[in-house]
Amino acid sequence: MQILVFIETDGGAAVASSWEALGKALSLTDQVSALVIGENVGDVAAEAGSRGAKTVYVIDDASRALFDLDLYAADASNVLSQSEADAFLASHTGNGRDLMAAVGFDLQAGVLADCLDLSADGDKLVGLRPIYSGNILVDATTSGPVQLATLRPRAAAPAEPTGASADIVSVTPAAVAGRVEVQKVERAEAGEISLTDANVIVSGGRGVSKDPELGFKLIGELADTLGAAVGASRAAVDAGFIEYKHQVGQTGKVVRPDLYIACGISGAVQHLAGMNASKVIVAINKDSEAPIFSVANYGIVGDLFDVVPAMNEAAKGKL
Amino acid sequence: MKYLVCVKQAPDTAELPKVKAEEAASGELSIQLVVNPWDEHALESAIQSSEDYGGSVGVITVGGEKAIDALRSGLAMGCAEATLIEDTEADAWGVATLLAAAIEQMGDVDLVFTGQLTVDGNSGMVPIALARKLGWPVLTGVAKIIEVTDDSIVVERVVGEARLTVKTQAPAVLSVIKEIGEPRYPTFIKIRKAARVKIPTLTASDLGVDAPAPVVQMDNYRKPPARDAHVQLFDNASDLVDALLAEKVL
Ligand SMILES: Cc1cc2nc3c(=O)[nH]c(=O)nc-3n(C[C@H](O)[C@H](O)[C@H](O)COP(=O)(O)OP(=O)(O)OC[C@H]3O[C@@H](n4cnc5c(N)ncnc54)[C@H](O)[C@@H]3O)c2cc1C
Repeated sequence: MQILVFIETDGGAAVASSWEALGKALSLTDQVSALVIGENVGDVAAEAGSRGAKTVYVIDDASRALFDLDLYAADASNVLSQSEADAFLASHTGNGRDLMAAVGFDLQAGVLADCLDLSADGDKLVGLRPIYSGNILVDATTSGPVQLATLRPRAAAPAEPTGASADIVSVTPAAVAGRVEVQKVERAEAGEISLTDANVIVSGGRGVSKDPELGFKLIGELADTLGAAVGASRAAVDAGFIEYKHQVGQTGKVVRPDLYIACGISGAVQHLAGMNASKVIVAINKDSEAPIFSVANYGIVGDLFDVVPAMNEAAKGKL
Repeated sequence: MKYLVCVKQAPDTAELPKVKAEEAASGELSIQLVVNPWDEHALESAIQSSEDYGGSVGVITVGGEKAIDALRSGLAMGCAEATLIEDTEADAWGVATLLAAAIEQMGDVDLVFTGQLTVDGNSGMVPIALARKLGWPVLTGVAKIIEVTDDSIVVERVVGEARLTVKTQAPAVLSVIKEIGEPRYPTFIKIRKAARVKIPTLTASDLGVDAPAPVVQMDNYRKPPARDAHVQLFDNASDLVDALLAEKVL
């Protein structure tokens, strides 16, 4: 099997979870090539080679500085036919999802979306797909002209740099006009860890209510000490304690960190839908009957306003 | 301005854990079905846009006969008309093909709103496929409508950790996230009115299309392994941190 992997770029740098898609592809076959689209992405292309891609197709053009679905889908379709790959893989980021959906529909090829794992059955790609919000798993395959799949962030180990180098193939940008004008870009603050990429997440819920500002300050401090991202329940978001981008769950983000610390979160099914695939779950809740304890590995029954700062002090001393 | 919202009848999220593997495989669920929650935000956003910029809102779904209930919810929220495309076989590409055919037949749709994901299928593929079929631009992750004119729209999108302000031409397809606005509660009067609206039912042959046969095959439906549910409780934070260090997750 030959797999082409989309290495998403942002401001000339690779989006980290793309290396996980590359790592997964390399675990299935040694016939792996990469597709890098962007502006000033020569370093990313070289890095894709170092991380194990045999051939790297590069479209480096000012018109590609930002992801534009019309342009990127046309480029990807061109490279897909040029490379003769049997499969095309991306990380299931928003852009990765959009690209695969567009290319897949255009070719009437199926997309195995948001897979937790991928395996190969001869030349068939088999995706482990969660459906019903993680309540059912299926083995998905596709019968289209090419097999497309997206891999959920943190579902595979990233391909590591080896110092190898690839054949770099420079590809002419597809002659397609964009229809979307980007008027403003606001990037996340430097150093902010995204929920979907985080190893550790500290989340707050309605349990902070008696002093929401202090509650999320304490949660933020613990997160800083642990190098963690800050999450939240919908109740905390809807009450205006914290921005929506922190929401974990059914109508927020689906995360799978190594460690998820839920502070003052009851554990409603819609919250669990976003985090119950975490490796280790810790619950801090003053109600020992809270449902979160039935999915937690560790817990403290207590007031988060005491426990969270105490954890922070303890962690500072031990890390 | 004519807005059209694509909705799906989907399981009530509170009951999702009760879905059995056999039910998921057959598609015949015994649990409560409601409007997919992401689509409620799409309904809200389209109705709000029609109030801010003028125009009317329609709601459409592809599904079985029961999916009429999802359309009635849309009508009760403020949509003026509803259409059911009856089909229970189509996968994402099929649904997109049927919706596109209906939209082409309507002929006057300027903006299509969808939710970004369904809570059952979970693929998020339909809005993009629909736009490709129509040949229209698509904006996903829409968090805010900034301006609507006769032939353009300006919105704020969330893409990964970034926020983008973008403008595109209408007609276009948008897929929205929760931040765009909480769905309004229908009034009793509107619910009563919605119950009386006649909802036309179309089939693929009425639309003059063949929905493509599914290209994704799903096998071996199963429940995920249950979490090892033995919580170990600590009295103090220091012991908890020690346990996490021993687990090598810190
Ligand atoms: C369609 C739909 C989609 C939804 N999507 C999401 C979603 O994406 N994410 C999500 O989280 N929810 C979602 N929900 C909401 C979900 O059902 C719950 O309402 C929500 O998760 C509750 O948040 P919470 O646990 O913070 O609040 P609560 O359920 O009110 O729990 C607060 C907890 O804090 C504890 N507590 C209180 N004070 C303290 C203290 N001082 N110290 C320690 N513990 C304390 C309490 O014992 C309680 O267990 C959704 C619901 C629906 C219907």
